[in-house]
Amino acid sequence: MASTVANDGNLAKAAHENHAMGWVRGFVTSSIGAKYVMAVSGIALVGFVLAHMVGNLQVFLGWEKLNAYAAFLKSLGSLLWVARIGLIVAVLAHIASGLRLAILNKQARPVAYRKQTSMHTNVFARTMAVSGLILLAFVVYHLLHFTLGVTNPADYSLEDPLGRHDVYSMVVRGFQNPLVSAAYIVSMALVGMHLSHGATSMFQSLGLNHPKYNGLFSKVGPAVGVLVFLGNVSMPVAVLLGFIQPR
Amino acid sequence: MKLDAKIPSGPIGEKWDRHRFEVKLVNPANKRKFSVIVVGTGLAGASAAATLAELGYRVDAFCFHDSPRRAHSIAAQGGINAAKNYQNDGDSVHRLFYDTVKGGDFRAREANVHRLAEVSRNIIDQCVAQGVPFAREYGGYLANRSFGGAQVSRTFYAAGQTGQQLLLGAYGALSRQIGNGNVKMHTYTEMLDVVVIDGKARGIVTRNLRSGAIESWAADAVLLCTGGYSNVFYLSTNAKGSNVTATWRAHKRGAGFANPCYTQIHPTCIPQSGDHQSKLTLMSESLRNDGRVWVPKQKGDKRASQDIPESERDYYLERKYPSFGNLSPRDIASRAAKEVCDEGRGVGPTGLGVYLDFADAMKRVGESTVAERYGNLFDMYERITGENPYKQPMRIFPAPHYTMGGLWVDYNLMSTIPGLHVLGEANFSDHGANRLGASALMQGLADGYFVIPITLGHYLASSQLPKVDTSHQSFKEIENEVREKTKKLMSMKGKRTPDSFHRELGRIMWDNCGMARTAESLKKALARIPSLRAEFWENLNVPGAEGDTNQTLENAGRVADFLEFAELMCMDALTREESCGGHFRSEHQTPDGEAKRNDEEFCHASVWEHQGVGKPATLHKEALVFENVKLTQRSYK
Amino acid sequence: MNITLHVWRQKSPKEPGKLVTYKRGDVSPDMSFLEMIDVLNEDLAAKGEEPVAFEHDCREGICGSCAMMIDGMPHGPQDLTTTCQLHMRTFKDGAEITVEPWRAAAFPVVKDLVVDRGAFDRIVQQGGYVSVNTGNAQDANAIPISKESADRAFEAAACIGCGACVAACPNASAMLFVSAKVAQLAELPQGQPERYRRAKKMVDQHDKEGFGSCRNHYECEAACPKGISVRYIAQLNRDYLKASVAVAEHAARSSGNG
Ligand SMILES: Cc1cc2nc3c(=O)[nH]c(=O)nc-3n(C[C@H](O)[C@H](O)[C@H](O)COP(=O)(O)OP(=O)(O)OC[C@H]3O[C@@H](n4cnc5c(N)ncnc54)[C@H](O)[C@@H]3O)c2cc1C
Ligand code: HEM
Ligand code: HEM
Ligand code: SF4
Ligand code: F3S
Ligand code: FES
Repeated sequence: MASTVANDGNLAKAAHENHAMGWVRGFVTSSIGAKYVMAVSGIALVGFVLAHMVGNLQVFLGWEKLNAYAAFLKSLGSLLWVARIGLIVAVLAHIASGLRLAILNKQARPVAYRKQTSMHTNVFARTMAVSGLILLAFVVYHLLHFTLGVTNPADYSLEDPLGRHDVYSMVVRGFQNPLVSAAYIVSMALVGMHLSHGATSMFQSLGLNHPKYNGLFSKVGPAVGVLVFLGNVSMPVAVLLGFIQPR
Repeated sequence: MKLDAKIPSGPIGEKWDRHRFEVKLVNPANKRKFSVIVVGTGLAGASAAATLAELGYRVDAFCFHDSPRRAHSIAAQGGINAAKNYQNDGDSVHRLFYDTVKGGDFRAREANVHRLAEVSRNIIDQCVAQGVPFAREYGGYLANRSFGGAQVSRTFYAAGQTGQQLLLGAYGALSRQIGNGNVKMHTYTEMLDVVVIDGKARGIVTRNLRSGAIESWAADAVLLCTGGYSNVFYLSTNAKGSNVTATWRAHKRGAGFANPCYTQIHPTCIPQSGDHQSKLTLMSESLRNDGRVWVPKQKGDKRASQDIPESERDYYLERKYPSFGNLSPRDIASRAAKEVCDEGRGVGPTGLGVYLDFADAMKRVGESTVAERYGNLFDMYERITGENPYKQPMRIFPAPHYTMGGLWVDYNLMSTIPGLHVLGEANFSDHGANRLGASALMQGLADGYFVIPITLGHYLASSQLPKVDTSHQSFKEIENEVREKTKKLMSMKGKRTPDSFHRELGRIMWDNCGMARTAESLKKALARIPSLRAEFWENLNVPGAEGDTNQTLENAGRVADFLEFAELMCMDALTREESCGGHFRSEHQTPDGEAKRNDEEFCHASVWEHQGVGKPATLHKEALVFENVKLTQRSYK
Repeated sequence: MNITLHVWRQKSPKEPGKLVTYKRGDVSPDMSFLEMIDVLNEDLAAKGEEPVAFEHDCREGICGSCAMMIDGMPHGPQDLTTTCQLHMRTFKDGAEITVEPWRAAAFPVVKDLVVDRGAFDRIVQQGGYVSVNTGNAQDANAIPISKESADRAFEAAACIGCGACVAACPNASAMLFVSAKVAQLAELPQGQPERYRRAKKMVDQHDKEGFGSCRNHYECEAACPKGISVRYIAQLNRDYLKASVAVAEHAARSSGNG
């Protein structure tokens, strides 16, 4: 009866109680497993957004650089697809898990308080699902715009003097439309919000909490959020203000 | 009523060992066949229920709280004693035994106390194994502190939350057995009567505090672990729900009630601030390790504490009891406080208070060390009073705290009703007329973890216990009585709330049967209680419904029992024509104002047999024999 | 002092509730919040109305009974304080105070301010203990435990099971409560044998009870009357991952062996 067995013995017991292969599902649907899913996929997404931003900022260096960069990416071929698939998986996992949690968490408090006072959390943290969903809408629009060329087919089909896909012109022309730029700017504000909670929250989700580093962790989110916001917004703003001229 | 304490023969140090060998055992395979009801899941009840279930008995446990973890034991602050002698300062089982008997002013049963001292050591082992986070020294070994009434350091503690940590340990053990299905836990269920069939306790009747359902439960034995009755004073340090109901109703069914007048008034509580006061808050006795108690020398000195020069302060405990000083036992410290206040030297707005001053300690060891030792208590004090004890001395005053009296039990913890066992503060056993600090937790856990598992087995193995279930006539009858009584409480629709009666009763008891009692005051109380009770049964108002969560109704039932019990308490105090421990009869004191025992006539436990409400109970006596400790006048000078 | 109270009144779990307003004169600043309600209840009873049902017992801030949401904050505005220890001097004269029960699917309302917190007990029953039978123990000083570990275990063990963390959490998650218990035992050698099994089983029960999942809002820590730190939640996340991985490993090993 008494289980003063060694560490392993007890894990063994727990293992028996969990059916052999169901554990992955069990894990990712548990409230803590879902945290890991959000955080790990979140890291992938943050990584992409940062890298993507650095790549895109080459728009300030002129069309040669940016188009070369785009061509380089394309030349990666199957490697690109590996990355894309990874990204898609991350996005799907992130969305699925995020939405599922949002729904379950809503159900966990079916009757709202008449009065509730926040003591620590902020709007960014409270609106993750909303900011996330709007982000999703943005990404769809963004893909239709730049990757699939559905919204602005004329811009999409341009080629530069070297015969490459003229990404530079596509971007600049796109942003010359104030409405498009406005949509981007608003969306980037939402990315910033989402990340300002998310990129700090990740650490705690992954079990990283240490009095020595918590100060640092708590700054990562807002820093990444502001960085991504400013970095990305600089592009449509520069176009609108004429700092970046069409080719 | 026959009182046979069933003390095993042999030298004191061998009795428990011998008894464990001589008792009948229940074969492991047969344990499943026995069912046990445990009422109360404080330290005593939770430890008993868990341990009995580990052994294999089928256990049903009951508490009126929403969770076993909320029992009043959770509030104990200071610590738990054990004769570990880890400090190498001369402690031993015999010393703990001796201190407890002496501290109890020679009114406890030697054999029980010795057993308590013996198993005290196992308790600490068990609790540590459960993960109770006791305080430790840097070397990794357990830390101890000193407590009143002892000159060795034997108190184990977990900051100011010892009771909480011990209870969570016991609650964990209990939870494990609930999870395993060996204990059925019935929370929110109040026991309202014991069912005795063929002379044996065979079950209880309860009210479900959510649905109002009155239900019966049958078993082979019943354990009452329902705590103490300090709330007879209305204002006490006990939790609001603490009550006498379970023990009182068992008493009415034939269980002898022993020494009801032995109540402990704790010297260090926060003084009352107004009429709205609902309870008094204890400041752990451990504060007296470093705090110095004083009042102004001058009567009616209204100066602020810092304006009173050293030479005009009276450190009266240090003055009167130079060897124990601020650490003199509770009854002595309380009475000394009352004396100085009666002399008009009390402090604070009401004049009912004395200072507990940490200025010297802070000078000696530094503010941060004081904060480390007592920080949470200081914070609590500041929250309640709005005063900062780092800046000005605390004000304290005695308050009812613990009840040494309780249902009489023999060495096996069985009451005068066969099969009805009583554990923890609910019984009268081990503390005599005064309990030493940090000994109640010890006793509750000793009873539950180490005594009852042995003695209950003996009872079960040696008794004829024909099968009964709740369809038995007696269950139906008692269920009906309980129902009638509940209906009656609901039906009067008078003008006064249960609380208003409770306050009035508390006032009567505090004024007349409190820290100091006289024949005159007791007679006055005995005259007033019956009329208050009569008014209660005519003029009570309980709004709401019976078949529902109804806290006023719960309370009404408890107040009704206090109103009956109070009379017995005064009667006991009146007939005990001596002063001993917490029972101080002003008529019986030495010239310098100390309690004066009368060992010729009162070296016994007074055990009362119920004869009907309002009728005088019959007194029986269990003579106390002291073979190992010489009866002496207690001296802490 | 004058106080206006808006108190949630609900007769039973099935009936809908509503906020009812009570104006209180002569409130003494030295009263505790519960004593203020006591007086209200005495007045209600005198008028033959039903008093406000609320849980309380120790009134010393240690039993964890006195659950109520005061002005949108569990146990009211004062830090590290339970309702029973909250005194009226914390409020301004003329204050309007809204009082509601804890709200969570896992804590159904029983009556007025009383909720059923049995879910906490059921979580503990899944492993919030060390499996040691009475009598098994060796001498208490046999295993030295560093003061730091003992102190940390104590800090985590200070949880009073009040449920304020759940009440405050935007997701009604009980992770702070669960993590405190797991952390206490994880800090001590006695807790090691069952460490991961405990974490797994308690979290799984937490989820079953219908508590929400923790998304790192840290409201719980701010609300906790005992100052339990969200650090323990991070630690629980790690332990839970380890527990799950170990379970999987074992499953793989045992299926490999046939
Ligand atoms: C403020 C304070 C501080 C203290 N500090 C210390 C200390 O430092 N050291 C020390 O040794 N002692 C201390 N004590 C004393 C000690 O805490 C108690 O004596 C001890 O905890 C009592 O434990 P128990 O198990 O007998 O009863 P309790 O813990 O009171 O438990 C009673 C149980 O019975 C149940 N119950 C009661 N009536 C009924 C009923 N009718 N039906 C169903 N269930 C019922 C309750 O629900 C509860 O579960 C302190 C006491 C107080 C008030
Ligand atoms: C596409 C739609 C998206 C949805 C619906 C979504 C939704 C969510 C939700 C619900 C959370 C949980 C936060 C909480 O409950 O407090 C979350 C966390 C997070 N999201 Fe998103 N998100 C989306 C896109 C993104 C993108 C594009 C990124 C990266 C740029 C991102 C990065 C993060 C990060 C880092 C976290 C924190 C993870 C954690 O708490 O451990 N999300 N998201
Ligand atoms: C102002 C900011 C941004 C600019 C200028 C920008 C520009 C671009 C461009 C030009 C492409 C097409 C690249 C190509 O076809 O070679 C692209 C693709 C993409 N962008 Fe953005 N982007 C911005 C912000 C974002 C953000 C914030 C996200 C995510 C949240 C995002 C997600 C994507 C994705 C998923 C693709 C598709 C990548 C692929 O083809 O694999 N972009 N972006
Ligand atoms: S963690 Fe804090 S808020 Fe939550 S139950 Fe424990 S004490 Fe209450
Ligand atoms: S507030 Fe809730 S989201 Fe997590 S950190 Fe606390 S449980
Ligand atoms: S009543 Fe016990 S914590 Fe408030």
